[in-house]
Amino acid sequence: MIHEASSLSIFVFLVFAGLVVGISFYLGARARSASGYFAAGGGIHWAVNGVAFAGDYLSAASFLGICGMIAFYGYDGFLYSIGYLAGWIVALFVIAEPLKRLGRFTFTDALDNRFNSRGIKLAGAVSTLVVSCFYLIPQMVGAGALVQPLLGFPHYVGVIMVGCIVTLIVMTAGMVSTTWVQFIKGTLLVVLCAVITVLILLRGVHTNPQEASAKAGAVLARDVPAADVVSAPGAEVLAEDGGWRGLPYVRVRHAASGATAVWRRNADGTLSEAQTLTVLPDGRRLANGLPQGKGEGQADLRPVGYASKLPGGVERTGPLGPLEYLRTMQDSEVILWASERITGGDAAVTTVYYQRPTPGSDFMTPGSSPTFRKVRSDRPADKLDFLSLMLALFCGTASLPHILIRYYTVKDQLSARKSTVVGIAAIGFFYMLTLYMGLGAMTSGTLDITDSNMSAPLLARSFNELLFAMISAVAFTTVLGTVSGLIMAASGAVAHDLMTNYLRIPMDEFQKVRAAKIAALFVGVVAMGLGIAFSRMNVNFLVGWAFNIAASANLPALVMLLFWKRTTKEGITAAILVGMISSLAWILSSAQAFKDVYGLDPASALVPFSQPAIVTIPLGFVVLVVVSLMTRPPAPKPAAS
Amino acid sequence: MAGIDFNSTVVKEQEDALVVAHNTRMGVVLLLVYIVFYAGFMALTAFSPAAMADAPFGGLNLAVLYGFGLIGLALVLAVVYMRVCRKSKPGGAA
Repeated sequence: MIHEASSLSIFVFLVFAGLVVGISFYLGARARSASGYFAAGGGIHWAVNGVAFAGDYLSAASFLGICGMIAFYGYDGFLYSIGYLAGWIVALFVIAEPLKRLGRFTFTDALDNRFNSRGIKLAGAVSTLVVSCFYLIPQMVGAGALVQPLLGFPHYVGVIMVGCIVTLIVMTAGMVSTTWVQFIKGTLLVVLCAVITVLILLRGVHTNPQEASAKAGAVLARDVPAADVVSAPGAEVLAEDGGWRGLPYVRVRHAASGATAVWRRNADGTLSEAQTLTVLPDGRRLANGLPQGKGEGQADLRPVGYASKLPGGVERTGPLGPLEYLRTMQDSEVILWASERITGGDAAVTTVYYQRPTPGSDFMTPGSSPTFRKVRSDRPADKLDFLSLMLALFCGTASLPHILIRYYTVKDQLSARKSTVVGIAAIGFFYMLTLYMGLGAMTSGTLDITDSNMSAPLLARSFNELLFAMISAVAFTTVLGTVSGLIMAASGAVAHDLMTNYLRIPMDEFQKVRAAKIAALFVGVVAMGLGIAFSRMNVNFLVGWAFNIAASANLPALVMLLFWKRTTKEGITAAILVGMISSLAWILSSAQAFKDVYGLDPASALVPFSQPAIVTIPLGFVVLVVVSLMTRPPAPKPAAS
Repeated sequence: MAGIDFNSTVVKEQEDALVVAHNTRMGVVLLLVYIVFYAGFMALTAFSPAAMADAPFGGLNLAVLYGFGLIGLALVLAVVYMRVCRKSKPGGAA
């Protein structure tokens, strides 16, 4: 779909971006020491840090990806919400206090506290860089997806804009400005999402969304007798050629407009209207059979999303309570959309988007999306992908370097605990809202069937343009907050772990901060490149991969360091490297990577499922134990030290 | 303003081994409680997805109830942890 920018959206966006960068510059003037740059001097209040946790964690994937997945497929997107939140329990109960106790600037500090090992420093720094870069990809992809409808720029412009702003933020003041960017963004995000949820409940559910929103698209025709379509005046049925042969579609060219409409044949012989996006051999694009555009003689894909049947046969429910809303969705039927790519005889590639009436009993239970469809399979082996992902989400949060470094910004262990509880409250509340926002978007009438990541902002647009502008701007700062945290973690790994501790390059405080800023610039450029390269992938899925790598590389080392005294430096180093390399190799050999990254046949993938955590986390533990048993344990510290 | 007083000197806090051990034990116990419920959710979803469509009470299906329940339980356990944790006092006494 082509999204048009509005002057209001641009104005609100500029105000938000200006505010964030202004705060960054203001606070940047005050942090000159390494402690101030990397850990905000340990002086952030626990309540501020708790909300900043939310701002750091509620990334583009949480906001755009989960809402989009729920809007397109239903409950399956909420599985991510549950997993993401559950991971905080591990962070609070196992990691928070020891990390604060053992570390100083980076999580490698904590791992290396007992050993002073160059191997751990190198492995920890490389792991931080790899996890941060993998986590950066979906954030940058999300930024590009946001800028398209907000400012009317191409995807890559959004990626470059975010990259430049964030790199500027991190380079100006490090952890202080990053913390405040995240605090502001976390607060605004939770409050705005709560407002949108209230509006969703007040609007209720409609079978004709245009009654509720002027921005909504019209209801597309369904179950039309075939004769009414093929015998309409001026209609010419096109012959089946190329890839169209044998498929359940009827293509009808209308003499007056010259447009070719595509209808999908139902089981009972009736036809339902489909939408098409065609790329001609010369690169021109057609939407619904006409050149794609907003001008005369042009057409664009129509916004969608509505219920087809409501409980009691009503056409609108009126305002609903929170539980009543969910019950109504369970008992309704909604038009969801599926797609199919077809290459015609003229080599034009057409993506057909067709209607898929789906009962609430289906989309409100697990297994309705392509990602989790296999949980409904009878083969136990098919369940491994789901189990592995849920394990990765549970273990991954406490292993994310940009989350872990936030424990160094508060003064003591009690503050670390308190800020985690505040974070859990804010994040848990937000994740509950994601179910309402996703379902609200599903029936908003404003969905873009080509881009699930845009569902939440377009839901806001279904209410009014100001809300759309605000939520888009907040979503943009969402990306800024998370990306700045990631670049902070990565720059800390380079300047502190690699340059100062591993390579032992002598640097004073000023030089160390300067090195970190140069590293931030470098990581920012890499992030922009990756964001452009992976632009077509679902952001939520990419985040799942980042969690897999983080959990596989870091969790075994962190947990065993805390709970097994026989752990050796060689064991920790080996566990990090094996966990990181094995999970990365598994991901790059998976069916999803074959399909979305290499453009190859997913059936030729080298591993049986896409999410490696169920194999690579236990592998990390096994490697740590075996290597530790084979190597010399650390000498006990003198009693009177 | 405490929140932006990042130039203040941070004093290394006093630690008491007994307090650390107690807090660690409490954390592990509460983590195990949560793991039981989380694993139950994973098992039900993976091996009995049809059960998630049942509406045990309130008209809401088990998938929604269990999902909200896990999010709520996380907050409850976090608050419990705050209450049962001990704080080191100057001089090392618990």
